[in-house]
Amino acid sequence: MPEDTKSPTPPSGQPHAAAPAKPAVPATTPWDSPTVARLKSQYGSGVQEAVTYLGQNYFVLDASVTAEALRILRDEEQFDYCVDITATHNPTRDKQFELIWILYSFARNERIRVKTNIADGASFPSSVSIWPAANWLEREVFDMFGIKFDGHPDMKRILLPEGWKGHPLRKDYGIIQQDQEWVQINLGIESGQ
Amino acid sequence: MGDQITKDPASFISHLELDQPDKTFLDSNELIINMGPQHPATHGVLRVILKLDGEKVLGTECVIGYLHRGVEKIAEHRTYTMFNPYVDRMDYVAAVSNGLGYCEAVEKLMNVQAPPRANYIRVILTELNRLASHQLWLGTHALDIGAMTPLFYTFRDREEILKIFEKYCGARLTTHAFRIGGCLYETYDGFEQDVKKFIDFLPPKIDEYEELLTTNRIWVERTKGVGKITAADCVALGVTGPVLRASGVKWDLRKAQPYAAYSEFDFDIPIGQSGDTYDRYLVRMEEMRQSLRIIRQAVERIPEGPIMAKVPKVIKPAVGEIYHSIEAPKGELGYFIVSDGSTQPYRIRVRPPSFVNLQALDLMVRGQLVADVIAVIGTLDIVLGEVDR
Amino acid sequence: MLDYITSYLSSNTTPGQAGNVFWALVYIMVVFGGVSVAVMAMNWLERKALAHFQIRLGPMRVGPHGLLQPIADAIKLLTKEDIVPSEADKFVFWLAPLIILCASFTVYIVVPFGPTHAITDLNIGILFMLGVSSLSVLGVVMAGWASNSHYPLIGALRSSAQMISYEVAMGLAVVSAILMTSLNATGTGTLSMIGIVQAQQSQQMWFLFKFFPLGFIAFGIFAIAMVAETNRAPFDLPEAESELTAGFHTEYSGLRWSLFMLGEYAAMIAVSSIAVTLWVGGWMRPFPNWLTGETWDLVFSLIPGFLFLGLAFIAFIGVARMPKHPYFRVQTIGLAGFGAVLGLIGLVLFAPPVRDRIQDIFWFCAKVAVFMYLYIWYRATFPRYRFDQLMRVGWKVLLPVSIGVLILTAIMGVLF
Repeated sequence: MPEDTKSPTPPSGQPHAAAPAKPAVPATTPWDSPTVARLKSQYGSGVQEAVTYLGQNYFVLDASVTAEALRILRDEEQFDYCVDITATHNPTRDKQFELIWILYSFARNERIRVKTNIADGASFPSSVSIWPAANWLEREVFDMFGIKFDGHPDMKRILLPEGWKGHPLRKDYGIIQQDQEWVQINLGIESGQ
Repeated sequence: MGDQITKDPASFISHLELDQPDKTFLDSNELIINMGPQHPATHGVLRVILKLDGEKVLGTECVIGYLHRGVEKIAEHRTYTMFNPYVDRMDYVAAVSNGLGYCEAVEKLMNVQAPPRANYIRVILTELNRLASHQLWLGTHALDIGAMTPLFYTFRDREEILKIFEKYCGARLTTHAFRIGGCLYETYDGFEQDVKKFIDFLPPKIDEYEELLTTNRIWVERTKGVGKITAADCVALGVTGPVLRASGVKWDLRKAQPYAAYSEFDFDIPIGQSGDTYDRYLVRMEEMRQSLRIIRQAVERIPEGPIMAKVPKVIKPAVGEIYHSIEAPKGELGYFIVSDGSTQPYRIRVRPPSFVNLQALDLMVRGQLVADVIAVIGTLDIVLGEVDR
Repeated sequence: MLDYITSYLSSNTTPGQAGNVFWALVYIMVVFGGVSVAVMAMNWLERKALAHFQIRLGPMRVGPHGLLQPIADAIKLLTKEDIVPSEADKFVFWLAPLIILCASFTVYIVVPFGPTHAITDLNIGILFMLGVSSLSVLGVVMAGWASNSHYPLIGALRSSAQMISYEVAMGLAVVSAILMTSLNATGTGTLSMIGIVQAQQSQQMWFLFKFFPLGFIAFGIFAIAMVAETNRAPFDLPEAESELTAGFHTEYSGLRWSLFMLGEYAAMIAVSSIAVTLWVGGWMRPFPNWLTGETWDLVFSLIPGFLFLGLAFIAFIGVARMPKHPYFRVQTIGLAGFGAVLGLIGLVLFAPPVRDRIQDIFWFCAKVAVFMYLYIWYRATFPRYRFDQLMRVGWKVLLPVSIGVLILTAIMGVLF
């Protein structure tokens, strides 16, 4: 996702609850809540953004503080249910991968997203010790993007076979390259088709 | 809720050291059995490696991905409209729910709202689909435990639902019933009558299933206390849907974060206490009755009006991202969509309930018997098309 | 030679006792053929009855109402490739189905279809039956072990554990019935199958109702144990399809597999005939005490004929309801032919000499058929037990109850 959309467009004085009911073009608004305040007081500039978009709240955190912040979110902010862990690949950026945690709190009936950007080849601390649910989700992220999670008990591919080359959800992964290679090796057809 | 996990996090991890067999108490090596991918009771192409001491399960490891079709990659090369039918192929026994989740997510991203009539039609079809999904679950689950007959009863009655689908949109299984912005098809003449006839037809049939199973001694013995999972473990493992509710958590997205027209209907969320297979069975049976209640209200109050919101021909959401989830028959089905402002989604991530729920298999069967593995796979109600996507 | 053959006709003992090898061979042929046909018929009936329990039609294509399906199956199984796994112990793999088959067919030597209609009458008949039929567990274990594969191995272990456990309760239930045979003037009981039925005849009561409810409980224990003994639902764990794919015969195919099936169904019929002999009065017609006299004898002796005529009638109704399309002509003619054969058999059964000789066999078979129907009914109704529950039922419920029944029967026998 391009960077520019992240900057809040509406006037900063406007409270987020009173956001326009149905704007023609949805926009991000700053997100204020005790949770945000807590993380901001703890990490200061580590909290790069805390915004609301289409009624959904998310943080963008610095990679260095994210693992710790996730634990705080679980232990102190009651985000006890890790809905999903995923990533997006933005090859044009410096830090190519955006890791996304979708969290839910049963007690507060609230759903937030935590995002962080990491560079290609960088690994990230596993959150299996925070939410056991992260086990397969992180394995899938590894399988599809090649992001390694440190401290994961069983970091290996999950959906694709062991010997698969490349990580398909990277933007630079050609869909037919694997197929061509297979055809070349196994059927001996040079063109690969 | 909000309990801390009571267990050591390591106890959630299912990873077998297959090359170093442990010694069992009889000083014999344990048995490693490969169950699946071609096994009659793994509901598709699930492969479970079981480590056994006699009949007792010491550990399991799931090997999945045999049905992986790269749905998320396909999405990046299709327009929003073109991707719509693909989601039906994930959980193919609850295709309508999948479609509803996707359409609503894109609508949310575009900030449009489906008209009320469309929402009512969506609710009716989705709940019918939930019934169909639960019926299929019941039949196969009972078959796994050895009761052959319920399978045929449930399939007979599921047929009536599929007939309604077929009349509505021409397809029975992968329906592609909804479009972004509403519904493409107005209900056919006699739709209401068909649905009403069906909701009068089904309750005695549900009683019939219950008559075969609920008080059947063998059924109770095979399911009570089998595959127990506590509410805290469910939450820790991200398990949702009837499995979570059977463990005593009264949480249903239809109530917690209502979507479509669910906030307008009166229905209960059945919950269980012990979190065992029998409770999950009872919860799903009651859910079927509640679904009928929702359908009855919806079909009686269905408003007139347009069925399609004003949606541009070319769907081009603004730059941004959205996570939207619905209560699919198997649990929380979420779509995370990132738009870069073009006609094709930049990234679509599907949060499949079956995939996440399947993680709990190891915890639920460890220390139990081989026959319980089958019962637990059945009670988790997984669809491999959704696990592998 | 001819004298040797005809001399038996005036005898009123079984050919085995009379020492007449010719007639013994004839009987063996008839019983073997009859059981094989019964197995095929049972195969068809099970599929049809189960289908109707499950709101399906079952086999409909091969012959009218799938009547020729068992024959088609048999041809298919005989011509199928016979696969022996490369890792298997070939000799044991080959031997296992034969052992099961022999064990389940040998027991028919003592099955009393009538007072003289048995191949022979051993004085230890019931012991012989229990002993030989329990040999089939050997075949199961051999099959599971020889396949050299995990699923058959687990299936075989389950099966052997199950058959051995239930044999104990089964044996004790049988003993309590045998105790009842000694309640006569001389106080001597019998282990002979024919003797047991004759004891019921002379005591004028089926052992099912003797010392009510003791006989009934013993019969119940036997009826449960015999289902477990033959590995049928709800005790079909050894071949639990959804758990162990097919249990001990997973690796078998074609002819060898069909031998297992033949053995299984033959064993079902065999244990049902034990139950019929011990508790339900064997070949005796219903109500021999209440409905006595010449007239009732005549009425009951006519039932077999009427039954076959009824079957023929059903077949003819089927003919009438067949679609009148040239495509169905062969089927219609076939069904009519089948009905005609049934009708003919019915008419033959009315002939007095046939009538008198056949009615024992008829009542015996009818009672066995009820049990066979129960087998199908169980299969359609019940889920499957888990292994530990199965063992618990066997050792903690059936065994103590059967011991209790045995002791009580003994006390009652002494007191009355």
